[in-house]
Formats: sequence, C-alpha cells, structure tokens
Amino acid sequence: MACVPGLGRNRTKQGMAGMATTFSLNGEKRTVEAEPDTPLLWVLRDDLKLTGTKFGCGAALCGACTVHLDGEAVRSCQIQLRDVEARDVTTIEGVKGDIAAAVQAAWIKLDVVQCGYCQSGQVMAAVGLLSQIRKPTDDDINKAMDGNVCRCNTYQRIRAAIHEAAKTLPG
Amino acid sequence: MTASTHSGVLTGIFTMTPADAAPEKLQSSRRTFLKLSGAGLVLGMAAPLPGMSGGAEAKAAEALAPNPFLVVAPDNTVTVIIKHLDKGQGAATGLATLVAEELDADWAQIKTEFAPADPVKYKNLAFGVQGVGGSTGLANSYEQYRLAGATAKAMIVAAAARKWSVKASDVKVSKGIVSSGDKSAKLGDLAVLAAAESIPDKPALKDPKDFVYIGKSFPRVDSKAKSTGATKFTIDQQTDDMLVATIVRPPLFGATVKTFDASEAEKINGVIKVLQIPQGVAVIATNTWGALQGQRAVKVTWDESKAEKRGTDEIVTAYKALLDKPGLPARKDGDVEAAFKTANKVISADFEFPYLAHAPLEPLDCVVKTDGKTAEIWTGSQMQTLDHGAACAVLGLKPEAVQLHTVWAGGSFGRRAIADSHFVREACEIAKAYGEPQPVKVMWTREDDIKGGWYRPVYVHRIKAGLDKDGNIVAWQHRIVGQSIIAGTPFESVMVKDAIDHSSVEGASNLPYGIANLTVELHTEKAGVPVLWWRSVGSTHTAHATEHMIDILAKEAGRDPVDFRLAMLSKHPRHAGVLKLAAEKAGWGSKLPDGKFRGVAVHESFKSYVAQIADVSLREDGTPKVERVVCAIDCGVAVNPDVVAAQMEGGIGYGLGAALKGAITMKEGRVEQSNFDGYDVLRMSEMPKVEVYIVPSAEAPTGVGEPGTPVVLPAVANALFSGTGVKTTVLPMTKQKYKGQS
Repeated sequence: MACVPGLGRNRTKQGMAGMATTFSLNGEKRTVEAEPDTPLLWVLRDDLKLTGTKFGCGAALCGACTVHLDGEAVRSCQIQLRDVEARDVTTIEGVKGDIAAAVQAAWIKLDVVQCGYCQSGQVMAAVGLLSQIRKPTDDDINKAMDGNVCRCNTYQRIRAAIHEAAKTLPG
Repeated sequence: MTASTHSGVLTGIFTMTPADAAPEKLQSSRRTFLKLSGAGLVLGMAAPLPGMSGGAEAKAAEALAPNPFLVVAPDNTVTVIIKHLDKGQGAATGLATLVAEELDADWAQIKTEFAPADPVKYKNLAFGVQGVGGSTGLANSYEQYRLAGATAKAMIVAAAARKWSVKASDVKVSKGIVSSGDKSAKLGDLAVLAAAESIPDKPALKDPKDFVYIGKSFPRVDSKAKSTGATKFTIDQQTDDMLVATIVRPPLFGATVKTFDASEAEKINGVIKVLQIPQGVAVIATNTWGALQGQRAVKVTWDESKAEKRGTDEIVTAYKALLDKPGLPARKDGDVEAAFKTANKVISADFEFPYLAHAPLEPLDCVVKTDGKTAEIWTGSQMQTLDHGAACAVLGLKPEAVQLHTVWAGGSFGRRAIADSHFVREACEIAKAYGEPQPVKVMWTREDDIKGGWYRPVYVHRIKAGLDKDGNIVAWQHRIVGQSIIAGTPFESVMVKDAIDHSSVEGASNLPYGIANLTVELHTEKAGVPVLWWRSVGSTHTAHATEHMIDILAKEAGRDPVDFRLAMLSKHPRHAGVLKLAAEKAGWGSKLPDGKFRGVAVHESFKSYVAQIADVSLREDGTPKVERVVCAIDCGVAVNPDVVAAQMEGGIGYGLGAALKGAITMKEGRVEQSNFDGYDVLRMSEMPKVEVYIVPSAEAPTGVGEPGTPVVLPAVANALFSGTGVKTTVLPMTKQKYKGQS
C-alpha cells in the first residue's frame, strides 16, 4: 500500500493532512490524503501523477476525463474522492485486457488521433462500450460516445476503430 | 520598408504564395516582424543555453547533424527536429516524412522532437519568423526538409564509399540500409564517419517517381502515444514543486480590476497567494483544485467604465445599417451600377455570421519557471518567435536567458496563434509577481475559454447580383461589414492595405467566377470584443455568402448548380477540377430518395481548392441531419494522403459544428455561454460520412489544415435550399426553420 506524499500534504494550510482515502487504482491499492470532496480527476493528475486523464470542461460535458469506476465509464471530474473509497478505478495508464488491446490497436491502425487530447477519454469510453456490447451498431456508438467531444472531429475514425476492434474480438 | 515587403508578412499569415518565400522578402519580413514583436535580439540567439539543450541537440556532438533539422545517431535513430507546433494537423509526421524520403530512412527509426525557439534556424519560410498558421506548415518546409535529408544521405553515401573503397555511385540506400555489393550497414553505423565528410552544397533531390514515402499513406508518428495517454501536453507538465495558477478574468471585455477581496480564497486549502496582474486577479495554489476553487472565491470589483457594454444584437444591428452604404473597395471590375440597370433580374441577399469560439479541448495553458535571471517556458507555442519575445519583454530578460519549449498542443484552430502572446504574457506576469523560482502552470478553465473572447468576428454581408435574360450573372456587388482581426494588433500598420484588412474579404475579393462587373466593398467597424482568426479565417464567412448566393442565382436562372459554376470557371481549371471530381464521386444528378437533398460548393483557401457535395435530410424536429459529404481537394502534392484525408474529415466536422449550432452571444456586454452546454460543438451522432478524393498533382504542396472547413456550410445550405427552398442567411442554422416550407 503506497501512501502518496507530495502535493497532497500541501492541500491544507497548517500542515494538517486531508482525510485518507483508500481505493484500487489500476489494480493496485493506493491511499491518498486529500480533501474528500476533491474531484477524482485532480487526485489522479496532481496527487497520483497520472496525467493521461484530461481536463476539458470540469462539468461532464466533454468526456476528456473518462475513467472506469468498477468497470464502468464515468466522468472523473464529477466523482469526488470520497466516492471511490474501496472501489476500483482504472485510467488510460492501467486499462488492459482483450478489449482495451483491441481498441488501442484499432486506434493506431486507423490513425484515429489528431491533437490527441480527447483520445484517452475516447478510448476509455470505447472500452466501456465494448465491454457491455460486443458488436455495437452505429446507434450504440452514437449513444455511448456522444458525450465525448473531439474538437479535431475525428469521429468518423473513432466509429470505424470501434467497429474494427469489435471485429477482432470473439463474439 | 515598403508596402510590398510588408505584404510578405500579411500573406504569410493568411495564405502563402511562392513569391513570399523569395529570400529578399524573407529578410524584409523578418526584420519587420521582429521589430514589431520587440524581439530583435532573438535573431542573435542560435545555441541553447548550457544545460538547457534539447536531447537531439546534445546528441548531435557524436552523431551526424549537418543541418538543424535532423540528427542521425550511432544508435540508428534518426531524430527529425520539428520547427512547427503540432496541434493535431500532423506537422511532426509531415516534416519527418520529407526527411525520411530523401534520407531513405526506415520509417521505424524516425523520431521527432520540437525545435527550440530560434528564428534563424527554424523560421517559417513564408513568415520570416518561427511560427505556423495559414496552413503553411508543410508547404514552406517542403524543399527545406527534403534538402536536409538529402544532405545527410549524401554524406553517409560518401562515408560508405570511402570505407568500402567503392564509388559513391555504387552505394545504395534503401529503408535505412546502406549497401554496395556484398557490404551493408545501417544508417546509424555510418553516422560518425559521415559527420567527417564535407557538407554538399546542393544535394540532388529525388525524382518524384522514386518517392517511397511522399504520396503514400503511412502511420503518424504520434498515434501510439496519443492512444495510450502517454503524450505530455502543457497541462501535463509537472514537477514536485510546481504551482498552479488560475486568473479571475473581467466579466466584460475591457473591464479592469478596481479592488479585490481575497479573504475567502485564501482560506481554501492549497491557495498560497492571490495577487493582481494586468489581466485580472491571479490565484496561485499548490494544486489545481485549490486554484480552481480559489478562482471562484475571489471577490472582484471591476471598473467597467471603458468596457464594451453592447450585446451582440446591438452590434449586428449597427453593422446591418451599414449595408445600405458603399464601403471601401476591395475589388472593382467593370461598372456594376451600369450593369444593374441593364440586368433582367436583380436579386439581393443579406447574411449574418455570429462570434465563434475556437474551444480547443486542451484549454490554454503555459508553464513558466524563472529565478529572475533566466527563464524556461513550456507551452503549445504556435508563434515561437512572438511568444519568446513577449516572455522576454514581460520578464525583463535578454533573449538568450529565456528558453521556450514547444509542447504538443491539444488543438488550436487559430486560438494559439496570437499576435500579442496574451497567455504567455499573463503567465510571465504571474511568475514575475510571485517572485519565487518554483515553476508556475497557468491554466484556463473552459469558462475562461468560452467567455474569454478572441472569437471569429461577427460579420454581415449583402450580395446583390444581376442576371441577364439568359440567366448569366452580369453584375455582382458584395458588401461586407465586420471587425478587423488585425486592427489593434502590432501588425495593423503593415497588414492592412489601403484600409482593407485582407482577412475580412479573402474568399470574396478573389471570387473566381467570370463576372465582368464585380465589386467587393468593406466596412471595418470597431467593437470592444477581442477577435482572432478561426480555422480558415475570412473564408469562414465569405465562402458561405458567395457559394450560397451562387445557388440562389442558379435557381433563378433555372440552371443546374454544378453546370452554372463550371460555365463561369473557364479560367480556373483547379476549381473546375475539384468540382467535377466531387460531382462524379457523389453521383451528382442521380435521383435521391424522398426526403434527401443534395448541395454543392467549391472554394479556394490557402492555395488549395476544395469542392464538397453534401447529402442532407431533416430530423423529426426539422433540424438538418448531414448524412454524407463527398470532398474533393487539390492541394498540389499530397505528401501523406491519409493525413490530407484526416484534415478534410476533421475540417468538415469543425465547420459543420459551427454551421449547425455555433454562436457566442452577448447581452449588455456579458457573454451568455460558458461551457459546452451553451456553446455546443459537433458530436459523434452528428458527424456525416465523409469521403475524400485527392486530385493527383505535381504542383508544390499547399494547405490542408484549413481548406476543408469553410466549404461544408454552403454545401449543406445549398442542399437545404434545393430541398426546402429555405435560404440559410442567418447563422447558425438553428436560426432558420427548414421543415414544412418546401
């Protein structure tokens, strides 16, 4: 169990530590000392130094901060640290398994990315979708991915890459 | 300095012509630019400071680095030094391709690294300073980076010939392997030996028929890192002692801080300092969440006496009043007034375009670290020379004491290409005012971004056109009213010619159609809203006004929109070429299922020619659903056709999002939108199927980042016009009702 020093301890003014919260991060048990109402996004980025999860809007309107909480795609900017106590958090740095491998391979094969800033969130959302629906239709993709903004508008390739990943996965 | 040398800068920013790359123009424009930016001494900065050098520069000592653009190392890596920001457009992949081609490297051994700020080595040959914009990234580098690769290859071949005692002409290089007879070596094996060879003056460039990379689609250099979350953007720069700052910004454009109360903000965990800077009130914290909470907790009293207090309705009304009055001439052919008198029919249409935010997904950000004697800056710098100069000016440091690191940027669309380097300046102001050597990362929130100005300006247009009895256009009077993007910037004196800001009229003043009597007029109005170029600049509005009007006229004339255009394009074969290609691929003229409409548009921007044909239907609620867009582009040599296709796909989506729903509005000076709820952008379910066709060409490569964007709006509007008879004259399209009016 790793206790994270660094910025966490500076959160409080007179050296008082924030509350300790323990959860599973990418399969490893971690304890963070921070204010319990801190959004998970900033705990991941600032305290745990996992910067693959991005800030885009801070209001669950863009999906750049998508991570998995107990295997389900969620917006980490809207999840408070206290909500993840004893739960499983997976970020782009730790996502693995057949589905994640198929999604990332398809992303690379089709050269989906442009600026790439939204793509961690897109990949996490796509893995979330394929975990629930193995052969998604275009409508399924619209429903699952509409909350993930790509300002470079790589949507056509994201759609194609999700279908491509689905093709390589066993039904 | 003469007007003609000044225009080198002007065209450099917006559109590049080969003439602008002439050495004498570059000299002049560079001097002009540097003088403007107050960064004259930057010219003298060639070598990075000790201990601050980039990886590739450091490696160059024991490797082959005959020019500033590549390093062939003994470990067999070829590092291409990328002089331009990559914000998604593929600059790193494109420039690396040019080196790999002429070096005959294996694509797998190519690495890329962003260049330091150094206008001597890394200037944009179209601008004269280091920076990118106007879709010039690949175009200005095409020969330069090929020559860089060819130089290294010639030296490696010479070294191999010497080592193996064979003639240079008997040495071959292919996919990173150097060989002659039974001897072979990797490029890297010969790097040190090759470094001792003399640098050839004019290494031969390949005949295009021998290209192995250029013109072929192959993988981007950044796909894997960006698909796995590994790429570090500015926002991801971290050190243990880094501070994060936010800024409380004025609620009205032009308002300034009168007083502020930081007492509540200072109680927030992590907040360590609240201080005033010229741009507002900065909140410095040990972590991002503290900085964000602190920003909301500061209470500021603003001096609004000099602020813009009009709403967008008032601004549009004021602009529209000017449509009845002649403006300054931007183009005048023949005698329009006389032609109207003889015309069989005169048609007029007015158009209104709203403010648009760029909204790159990575909000603006900049890291500054300074001990008062030297400084380092990390940001997605699109105009390195200007940003570096601004940092030096604010920090009061000499150019050689400030190092600017260009970092991968999460989009720009124009937003990071700024004349006044405001987000670098404010970060330097904070670091200076704070006065400690810790690095400070300044971060904009989405609300700061949407409310923060630097929008595509509001424009209104009127086009009045006359048809003769055969349905030919005999008169065309185009009046544009809007704010100048250039006015108020240091470029005003050199980039506005005869009081015409070229960026307000481009795409209209160069209308390609053969119309004998034609005028384009401009009213430049002032508003207190900061404005900026937005992907494809003037074409964002001129393409729609002109191309939608053409369809309105074609209908009046009873002509097919494609035939109507082709008949007027006899002197513009490249426009005609893309138009014919798009029409053929889209099946123009074939019968469409009930409820589906088809529209066409063609437009030149950034020296590239794009035609698009959109298939559109209406949703239950009457809003347009764009189902398919066929896009044909002529961009000269397509260095990487897949990257060209990606830029067309993305450009179409970017333009379509704005066309369907993009608008920033103000009430009593206050912006009414703040995030992606009020300022929504295109989503997955709204993205049409896009097919891209590239016209084969041996012409020099031209822009691809922007030219796809402006064409989709008129193509979709023309489809809706054809199907419903409703003209799209007020943007965004939510301002029109398309259903039940056919």
